Amino acid sequence: MAAAAASSCGGAGCGPHCSSSASAAAVEDAAAAAAEKVGRLSLSRECGKCGGGAAAVAVAGGLGLCGECFRANLLGKFKLAVTSNAMVRPTDSVLLAFSGGPASRVALQFIHEMRCKAIESWDVSNSQALPVFGVGVAFVDESVLCSKPRDEIEMAIEDIRSIVSSLSTGVKAMHIARLEDVFSTESEDGERRLREAVDMIGDDTGREDFLRCLRMLSLQKIAMENGYAKIMLGSCASAIACHVLSATVKGQGYSLPADVQYVDTRWEIPVVLPLRDCLAQELTLLCELDSLKTQQHLDRPSNGINSLVASFIKRLREENPSREHTIVRTAQKLKPFSFNKFSADGYHDFLPSRLRPKFQKFDSDESTFSEILCLMCGSPFSESELQNLESTKHKAQKKIDLYTAHCCQSCYFQILPAGENLNEHFFSLLPKLWTGKMDTISDSHSLLRDQIEEYLLEENDDGN
Amino acid sequence: ICRECFYIVFEDEIHQTIVENNLFKPGDRVAIGASGGKDSTVLAYVLSELNHRHKYCLDLFLLSVDEGITGYRDDSLETVKRNEIQYGLPLKIISYKDLYGWTMDDIVKAIGLKNNCTFCGVFRRQALDRGAALLKVDKIVTGHNADDIAETVLLNILRGDIARLSRCTFITTGEDGPIPRCKPFKYTYEKEIVMYAYFKKLDYFSTECIYSPNAYRGFAREFIKDLERMRPRAILDIIKSGENFRISTTTRMPEQGTCERCGYISSQKLCKACVLLDGLNRGLPKLGIGRTKGVAGGDSDCEQQAKRPERSRSSLQGKHGNVDF
Repeated sequence: MAAAAASSCGGAGCGPHCSSSASAAAVEDAAAAAAEKVGRLSLSRECGKCGGGAAAVAVAGGLGLCGECFRANLLGKFKLAVTSNAMVRPTDSVLLAFSGGPASRVALQFIHEMRCKAIESWDVSNSQALPVFGVGVAFVDESVLCSKPRDEIEMAIEDIRSIVSSLSTGVKAMHIARLEDVFSTESEDGERRLREAVDMIGDDTGREDFLRCLRMLSLQKIAMENGYAKIMLGSCASAIACHVLSATVKGQGYSLPADVQYVDTRWEIPVVLPLRDCLAQELTLLCELDSLKTQQHLDRPSNGINSLVASFIKRLREENPSREHTIVRTAQKLKPFSFNKFSADGYHDFLPSRLRPKFQKFDSDESTFSEILCLMCGSPFSESELQNLESTKHKAQKKIDLYTAHCCQSCYFQILPAGENLNEHFFSLLPKLWTGKMDTISDSHSLLRDQIEEYLLEENDDGN
Repeated sequence: ICRECFYIVFEDEIHQTIVENNLFKPGDRVAIGASGGKDSTVLAYVLSELNHRHKYCLDLFLLSVDEGITGYRDDSLETVKRNEIQYGLPLKIISYKDLYGWTMDDIVKAIGLKNNCTFCGVFRRQALDRGAALLKVDKIVTGHNADDIAETVLLNILRGDIARLSRCTFITTGEDGPIPRCKPFKYTYEKEIVMYAYFKKLDYFSTECIYSPNAYRGFAREFIKDLERMRPRAILDIIKSGENFRISTTTRMPEQGTCERCGYISSQKLCKACVLLDGLNRGLPKLGIGRTKGVAGGDSDCEQQAKRPERSRSSLQGKHGNVDF
């Protein structure tokens, strides 16, 4: 989400050319200059879809579209993603994660429009149809770590509120949660622990990734406490492309497919990504065309691998606008995990009958979810990580060793402080929602060990 | 770490890589792909040393490809000829002129600087195999280092080349083919190779190819160097990711076959080299470059670059020849 918010228009978005010549390059440069001047992707040619004479907008793939068709194109992708992956059922309440950036702003707008349309259908059918899904909005307030003046932050958050309340049919609720609340319900204690934990992380990239983990934890907490069935993120193709490369660079090739699918049910509350096929440039442009208000003053400056990857991809995009889609498509060909689809019994009962066979086929193929997930980031463990975990379990002396072994190699390297004392202190600061799970496993583990020891003692007695 | 200890650690790491991956067996005849550059020169030197020290019992040869680039390849081949004498390894040189009837100088005259790397990469790969067959060797080793492999992982993600992505981290490729290729430097950093060559005062040629003067500075290579500065282990992390990628079983992979004209391995009816050569000989050098209309199915195994618009290709061009797996 942060990556998506940080994206910006990068000049001309012409589709790829099969060949180039000097004159074509000159025309291209002129078009690029003109596009840069108006600050948007635009070319003066007819809409490729309806033939209208309005100023056309170029989308990846080279097709020029007028404003209306461009918008319909993006909305169509959103709706297709939602329906063909059964992301939202009529009985669901959906929590939309809103950061203030263009991508989540578009997601907010589109899910709102889908809901309005569903309500109209429901009204017309005299309540005989299925109920309409609910929508709530969540904003994670990370201002405690922000170096900007307090009043500026307050104004920005007020903007966030007004954007949400400005939607014609009110959303169910607006939830603004402070990031430190995942540490403790007491404000000062939570803040202290958050600051202390973040300060212990020496690696810039590690700090960023740690905050990303906390953000997801915060969203999960909001959703669980308020009865939401789904969490919808505004992650777009551009942000996902950045994530694909970042994860590759961090050695997370095994787990990366988990993060790039439409559906992710490894969390308590399933997470869905309906904007996965849309580019940040397109979403930013749509916000401009539709005068959708965004709020990006809360974005934090970024150092480290994630921002290096983002600038690399930005550079590639300038040369070939389809590059981001290519990266996402490559990742799509990697094997997803069993939790990358809905598999609970009866989940697809609400689907129109023509769609049900597709999902039922998957249901019958379903295997048990057996992945071990990283304590912090939720990444599935690779074989070498599993081996490390198994060997640690056998010889673990302290709880700290189990905690450490339940972190993936990437988190171990870039987040955990070096040194055992520091490590112990770091884990003592972490949210109970994370370490509590470990404590439960640890307790059952030691219980099992006690039983084994009793058995050995009995065996010994018999021997005597 | 002092110089002597660096030598020991460097050589032992490569030895461990060779042993753990069972790259060779006693009696193997091994051709070292030798370009005269630092990677292949260090590889020839280290392999020769380890062969003596650890008694691999290998017959080692130097195998060079002469692309026919005036002012560049002829000078680098002089370096390899000196290596032949210094290391006592027999040298075989095979040229594009002999194999294809065209030198790179001729090819560049025909098509210009753009795209000439496609020809060179495809031709060199096949030339290396043909030279190895002439020497009757069991294995080919190349000097691809960790930086090269990490770069290839990234490039294959950027290009959407899932077939290559699934195998570009293999330390041995072509095991089911006539002559497997090995990369003993898979886990060795480029800067360590440079340092080793420098301290050992090894004789190597370091000028970049004159027909792709900016190839070394491709976006991907630049990105990897930035990464390495920020987090040195990123290169090995990329390789580890590449090793851990699991390709979805629903993804269709190209089928292996042979070229009906020259018998070389290919997933198409004609291998890429024959397609390119046919274009050259018919005065249509652009044939086989860029988007191919009417050709269905996966890429040819010989194809160096994915079919992409010309404009985007230059930025993704890696170091000369080294992205060709």
